[in-house]
Amino acid sequence: MASKGDRPEDRSALAAVAGNGLLDRRALLRRGLGATGAAAGAVLAPRPALAIPLQDAPWSLQNGAPTPSYQVPSKYASFVARTNANPDNLPKVTQARTPHQLMDGMITPNGLHFTIVHAGIPDIDPATHRLVIHGLVKRPLSFTVEDLHRYPMVSRITFIECGGNSAPLFSPEPVQADVQALHGLVSCAEWTGVKLSTLLEETGVDPRAKWFVAEGADAPHLDRSIPLSKAYDDAIIALYQNGEPLMPGNGFPMRLLLPGYEGNTNIKFLRRIELTVEPTMSYYESQVYTEPLPNGKAYQFFLVSEVKSFITWPSFGQKLTGPGLYEISGLAYSGDGAISKVMVSADGGKSWGKAALQDPVMSKAFTRFRMPWLWDGGPAILQSRAYDEKGNMQPTRAQFVKARGEFDKVPDVKAFQNHHFNAIVSWAVDSNGGVKHVYA
Amino acid sequence: MSTRSATIGTALLAFACGAGAADHQVVGRGQPVTESDLRAWNISVFPSGAGLPAGSGTAQQGAGIFASKCAACHGDKGQGGLGPALITDIQRHGIDESTTSIANYWPYSTTLFDYVRRAMPWQSPRSLGDEEVYALVAFILAQNKLIPDDEVVDARSLPRVRMPNRDGFIIHDPKLTPPFAAP
Repeated sequence: MASKGDRPEDRSALAAVAGNGLLDRRALLRRGLGATGAAAGAVLAPRPALAIPLQDAPWSLQNGAPTPSYQVPSKYASFVARTNANPDNLPKVTQARTPHQLMDGMITPNGLHFTIVHAGIPDIDPATHRLVIHGLVKRPLSFTVEDLHRYPMVSRITFIECGGNSAPLFSPEPVQADVQALHGLVSCAEWTGVKLSTLLEETGVDPRAKWFVAEGADAPHLDRSIPLSKAYDDAIIALYQNGEPLMPGNGFPMRLLLPGYEGNTNIKFLRRIELTVEPTMSYYESQVYTEPLPNGKAYQFFLVSEVKSFITWPSFGQKLTGPGLYEISGLAYSGDGAISKVMVSADGGKSWGKAALQDPVMSKAFTRFRMPWLWDGGPAILQSRAYDEKGNMQPTRAQFVKARGEFDKVPDVKAFQNHHFNAIVSWAVDSNGGVKHVYA
Repeated sequence: MSTRSATIGTALLAFACGAGAADHQVVGRGQPVTESDLRAWNISVFPSGAGLPAGSGTAQQGAGIFASKCAACHGDKGQGGLGPALITDIQRHGIDESTTSIANYWPYSTTLFDYVRRAMPWQSPRSLGDEEVYALVAFILAQNKLIPDDEVVDARSLPRVRMPNRDGFIIHDPKLTPPFAAP
């Protein structure tokens, strides 16, 4: 670091970059808390000394527990868990949502990755499972899991988002629910498998093929039509999730991975790919994952998840413990490329400061953003707004609703009666440090 | 690990030999599969009618099957219950997808055959014969007044049923340009 260049940065690190206490993003990342001491001193009283002698705790005075073959979180962290909207496995869709408000980083661990299944989780023996590629190909072929392991593998860190994620925000009034309930149908993992294009080289492709229909081996034989161009772009037959075989709720033993595409198209328990001239217009693309619009029409084949972000801390249900320096943190992602910028506001969108993007910033993956904030104890409305490398910008809720509409009445938070909501989310901090969901 | 190394080695060798067009020979672990091997799995039906099997059914035949295999979840008149309403004159309301129905929303009648055959009944999917599926499709379409009560539904007639909301959709993905299939 050149000493000459440090002086202006020192000043900027102390400076507010937007209203209501947002500080330059370098304040925390490069200088630590000390650098903001002068600014923080105005509202921070020093904490009293610890005043109790430190002693060995019981766990420091005896041998610990045996090490399990497959470890699970500490009992003290077991509350960091998914919520299940259909715990009795009734004959209807099941959703298990990711608790983003209790997590940090960019990777969703496998036990917490969201799951939607439309008729339960099948118990598939990988020794007899087959993937068939047929239709408009030159050589229809069948592959076992073992067969696929003979092919070159690739890994890709990418998010998967259900088209129904954040649907409660179509409500005419802000639904008072946490990030998990509102935005828990998106997760991000490292997926490893064989490129679909590699397998299509072996089957050969009839030039009349424009689509492929992918189908699962689950009870509904869930199927979606995908433009064939996606197969050549970045589609993967995924076998591993964060390094271990896919979780049953995420498609064991293999799933289609279509980076950036609506979650439902990433067919789990994949057993069949048929190359075709036309889409099948399956139930899931004729009704369930369409998007009814205010003008009476409806979007169909809304495939790419649009640029989006939400603050995970502080967020609904959490509590700030008094004025002082905090780090606002959240997730940003786009199905159209890499996040280029996240702006954060603490005054309901009147002024914005640029958040720090935590490396790595990858195309179609979660990007963790962070923003230092000196809370003065007064009311604040926190918002984040994401931009991607293709020039897409997350809309305000007013902009979004003007184009895409809102419900007439407050919906069941567990239902998704419309899809593809990606507007700005607002959390209001009150003078007691409580956080509510508001529209601003 | 040795398997992986061998794969990469073979791939490099093939590349070095200029085997570009013959890449399918590089690994070659796919097993040829015939249309007859695929019969039980090859269940997709398309708006053009492609994929529809032989056989036929009428609403009258479908009524009894509906009562015994569908009504428990969808209601004795198809009005809905644990499962969604199948026979309804509900009108679409705003942007609420829960007010969409087969009659007021689905663009293609073939979807009904495809979905019933692959996913229903809930507790025993793929247990219906093709004739039963045709009969159920005829019953649901006729009860929704989308076809005459006495129409015989088969591979020729079903794709010709024009659904009321056929033109009600906007393809969102800018790379996709309908119509998707030759008429």
